[in-house]
Amino acid sequence: MSLNREVREKLVRALAVSMIEHADELTSLDQAIGDGDHGLNMKRGFEAVLATLPALADKPMPEMLKAIGMTLVMKVGGASGPLVGTFFMELGKALPEEPTRADLVAATDKAIDAVKARGRSEAGQKTLLDVLVPVQAIFAAGGDAAAIAAEAAEAAERTTPMLAIRGRASFLGERSIGHMDPGSRSASLLIGAAVATLEFEAGL
Amino acid sequence: MSNSSSGNVGIVIVSHSAKIAEGAADMVRQMVGNAVPLAWTGGDPEGGLGTNVAGILEAIEIAWSPAGVAILVDLGGAETNSEMAVEMLTEDRRARVVVCNAPVVEGAVIAATESSGGSSLTAVQRSAEEFYA
Repeated sequence: MSLNREVREKLVRALAVSMIEHADELTSLDQAIGDGDHGLNMKRGFEAVLATLPALADKPMPEMLKAIGMTLVMKVGGASGPLVGTFFMELGKALPEEPTRADLVAATDKAIDAVKARGRSEAGQKTLLDVLVPVQAIFAAGGDAAAIAAEAAEAAERTTPMLAIRGRASFLGERSIGHMDPGSRSASLLIGAAVATLEFEAGL
Repeated sequence: MSNSSSGNVGIVIVSHSAKIAEGAADMVRQMVGNAVPLAWTGGDPEGGLGTNVAGILEAIEIAWSPAGVAILVDLGGAETNSEMAVEMLTEDRRARVVVCNAPVVEGAVIAATESSGGSSLTAVQRSAEEFYA
């Protein structure tokens, strides 16, 4: 898969735009079952990432991902900063400069494990892992961009009837049921933006 | 923020609210005076409610002691951001910083009181965590 400079810059812009354009939606999801800052936090983090372009895209893919992760850790705030930031940093650490699809699958596995460790959580607790884990299963099984994007959207929807066990929503107990998890929604949006760019530009 | 220096274990207070963090620090100071290195941080990177890694790293630096630093946190994001900050420390410092599983106000006061008597980091953490034991 070709990840030249142009593709890298488009990828960063697509990720950032997906968070900036959906900030209000993410915030209203978070107002229902969290502390109402998820959209604002993710927007702030990705605006900070955008501000590091175009130099950011000069870096090779692994270095670029690590830099994105560090910016998110420092700028997002809330629990999402370390969780999403860790995903990008670990992905960068595990990825070679010219990755094959198999390399990307292996690196994503490691990044998801790091998110689990950071949040001391597993899938099934109404967190972003409820999107990352099932999407990774489709990706690892050879699913194409459309299948990955569809699973990301459906997996976020599937968090709606779930009971929150980790994070602020867990304070609500059964009242967390019936609302989509904001972190799952932002993860699905980021995945959708990433695969749309990579499919078009790099032949995922 | 706050100040002081000694060989005692340092205390860092991390709350989503700067006012809570500062108020808890005031209560600690009333108990132990300047016998314990102390720092607080609260708020997201723009000053709203939340926590941020850069602020926590700065607070650890201010409260640094060779005996180590105990961090007291309020809600989940404060804990996650604190753990992230600890991982970003140099290796020799990382082993001497703990995030306590304790209520932020009571934990900070009891941890500081324990520290002011010259207790080890392990003893300070244990005292704070007795609230949830």
